[in-house]
Amino acid sequence: MSVIRFDGVGHRFGDELVVDGVDLELTEQRIGIVGANGSGKSTLARMVNGLVTPTTGTVTFDGLDVSRHGREVRRRVGFVFTNADTQIVMPTVREDVAFTLRRHRLDAATAAARVDAVLDRFGLAELADRPAHRLSGGQKQLLALASVLVGRPDLVIADEPTTLLDARNARLIAEHFASLDEQVIVVSHQLELLESFDRVIVMEAGRVVADDVPAVALDAYRALIG
Amino acid sequence: MIGVFHPGDSVIHRMPALAKLGLLAVAVTITALLHSLPALGVVALVTVALFALARIPVRLAWRQVAPILWVLALAVPVQWFFAGWEAAATMGARLLLAVALAAVYTLTTTVTATLDAMQVLLRPFARWIDPDRVGLALALAIRCVPLLADLVREVLEARKARGAEGSPTALAVPVIVRTLRTADHLGEALMARGVDD
Repeated sequence: MSVIRFDGVGHRFGDELVVDGVDLELTEQRIGIVGANGSGKSTLARMVNGLVTPTTGTVTFDGLDVSRHGREVRRRVGFVFTNADTQIVMPTVREDVAFTLRRHRLDAATAAARVDAVLDRFGLAELADRPAHRLSGGQKQLLALASVLVGRPDLVIADEPTTLLDARNARLIAEHFASLDEQVIVVSHQLELLESFDRVIVMEAGRVVADDVPAVALDAYRALIG
Repeated sequence: MIGVFHPGDSVIHRMPALAKLGLLAVAVTITALLHSLPALGVVALVTVALFALARIPVRLAWRQVAPILWVLALAVPVQWFFAGWEAAATMGARLLLAVALAAVYTLTTTVTATLDAMQVLLRPFARWIDPDRVGLALALAIRCVPLLADLVREVLEARKARGAEGSPTALAVPVIVRTLRTADHLGEALMARGVDD
């Protein structure tokens, strides 16, 4: 597993302090982050692959300072966003998955085989030539995950991947996350999704207020929100 | 281009996009230069044969060609009035055939193949233009059409639900705000997907 370190990390949006003095070392395979809206959990997740750079402190991924080696880190860290619609770049399902491999400079046959394999894995093979924007919400989120995994990242970060989905699709996406072999960090409000994880971090007002196994951390979060 | 690709393995599907683009340019130029109706009839037969060869369902082909009929419904009578029926028929046939030939291309070619072809075409200008970035910009422009259409539809529904159907502000403000926010999210997603590599 990769090692993600936060050393005295803080982040400000203008005058607002959204992350405040976070020190963490993440080595587990499945890590969950929970917290109320505005608690800084999404900002914290975005710092891991350099989408947001800390105002103070450093974030490292396997020893690489993310602020200075963002591109290198992003090649190894995939990110699944809340709204899959803004993550889909190409018009058809197959083309969108293949888009990730453009930076890998693979030969056409290898790239096609990897795309087909990941489409099969997520049950998207039959939809491969369909317009991506006409998929259902659940299918779009599966496509977003497939587009990340085709690049074979070491770590997958997902920022509230089930928030916009109905209960059935949310469960489907949660099952897919639970079955991933890759290291995952999931930011979620869906507490059941995190119950089987190895570690859960609870954020409140930019600070880590609980950090433990799910049974303990989720209870702390429930107590926090009343 | 927006999701009209019809999968298949016909000769036309398998032909390289660059060759198809070249042939399309030649065919449309020839069509534009033809003045005789029988000659345009031959082009029409060839075009129908191309649709058949690519095994494009009639309904799908019709959907691509139909929008130009509205333009023709206005332009042909005007041309007839000023230049006579033969000139009007020639102009109408040329336009219709150009659109139909372009439809054969878009129905049988993926956007990725078109972008790759464009990148090859732009390679001689690589000193001044980054072909990858131009290709990506075109892909995003194509992708943003349905994205923005959905956004506007949602805002129109919200405006209606609030009983503000006639208010331009209730349309413009949320559309602009959400468009800018979507652009931010799209930029972030592109960065996460390694576009800045």
